[in-house]
Amino acid sequence: MKVSYYPGCSLHATGKEYGQSVRAVSKALGIELKEVDDWSCCGATSAHSTNFKLSIALPARDLIAAERDAMDVMVPCAACFNRFKTAQHYLDKDKALRSEIESIVGARYQGGIRVRNPLDIVSNDVGLDTLAGKAVRKLTGLKPVSYYGCLLLRPPEVCEFDDYENPVLMDGILGALGADVRSWSYKTDCCGGSLTISKTGIVVKMVDKLMTMAREAEANCLVTACPVCMANLDMRASEHVRLPVFYFTELMALAMGLEGPEGWFKLHNIDPRPLLAGLGLV
Amino acid sequence: MKTFLEEVNEMIGGVPIQRCYHCRKCTAGCPLAFAMEYNPNRVIKMIQMGMKEEVLGSSTIWMCASCETCVTRCPNQVDIARMMDALRQMSIESGRPAKEANVLKFHNAFLANIRLGGRINEPIMMVQYKLASGDLFSDMAMGVGMFMKGKLSLLSPRTRDMKAVRDIFAKTKP
Repeated sequence: MKVSYYPGCSLHATGKEYGQSVRAVSKALGIELKEVDDWSCCGATSAHSTNFKLSIALPARDLIAAERDAMDVMVPCAACFNRFKTAQHYLDKDKALRSEIESIVGARYQGGIRVRNPLDIVSNDVGLDTLAGKAVRKLTGLKPVSYYGCLLLRPPEVCEFDDYENPVLMDGILGALGADVRSWSYKTDCCGGSLTISKTGIVVKMVDKLMTMAREAEANCLVTACPVCMANLDMRASEHVRLPVFYFTELMALAMGLEGPEGWFKLHNIDPRPLLAGLGLV
Repeated sequence: MKTFLEEVNEMIGGVPIQRCYHCRKCTAGCPLAFAMEYNPNRVIKMIQMGMKEEVLGSSTIWMCASCETCVTRCPNQVDIARMMDALRQMSIESGRPAKEANVLKFHNAFLANIRLGGRINEPIMMVQYKLASGDLFSDMAMGVGMFMKGKLSLLSPRTRDMKAVRDIFAKTKP
């Protein structure tokens, strides 16, 4: 299959290993990525926190650019995904706002292309059986908890994603790779998001709670699909509770025997290599 | 003249917030309630009572992380997360100083960075934030570490059509 691809700003920088692993697993699964032409930032939390019209116009420019290729657009970053879905939601339901945004962006919005996260594409288009067949090195001994956070799921009528209180897509993928996925009650709790820079102490409390609860579920790592969650969990958790954190695509690549994982793991703040080496996975 | 309640409802454009019957489900599920000056449902009551100064001058509106748990669970579909956005925007547009000044300074640095290159360049954005907030030294070691790993680059790809991006900022300016 072929899809439009919106990497977003993080996947070139702090979320570099997410960007590289998304590309690697997409290639291995026969998903061709066509990057959205000359994309710009979605505005993230900072736009919607301060200026509603700006927060719709910024992703609208990208959606319109993606529409020219007339394919579903893959958006791996949960924060970008949420802004894209929110923009579509308002543009589709509010005609007056839509024409105002069109005149701000200087182009027509058609609608109709689907905004999709790779968790959805891998689960529903590739399928877990196909994925399991490609997993040459089962992740035996790895006990992850799936951490979905906020922005893939809420609000549910905007995100149209997975069960919003008990999502399961990532659990399914990790299970197909042979991991012993632990169940826990903190799948959708917030990591503190962008407060990490301006209110660091609060975010430390929030991620420490997540780490503590993951340990209580007997997990040995956490898995995410969001560069903001990754940054907060990986860099803000206190030393006495922290566990390694992975992007789900890194673990897919590892299980599929692709090139790259060891280089990505070096980029983590909490080095996951001792855990993986102990399990004979690197 | 419009009441504060009418102003807020108009900005949200959805279910009127007076549909709230104070079950406190929003507050019970709010991951930031522990750090808030007023709980989310209390903010709704304060808006109904016309307490504009107290609400727009509160830290609560800046502590909300926009996780959207409140609106997801509200039995009356009150869009509390959107309400928090609207309150922040009203606070900024009225020229009030933000009670949590650094939260707003971060947002401003982030948006200024988009205006600069169309996409976020994280190291330059952090410098913009640090100069604005005066919080120069926190996270310095972490930043250097990330830089050494090649995670942060001063030369990240930019949007070519910067006129289009700047136009969006100019045309949405309140």
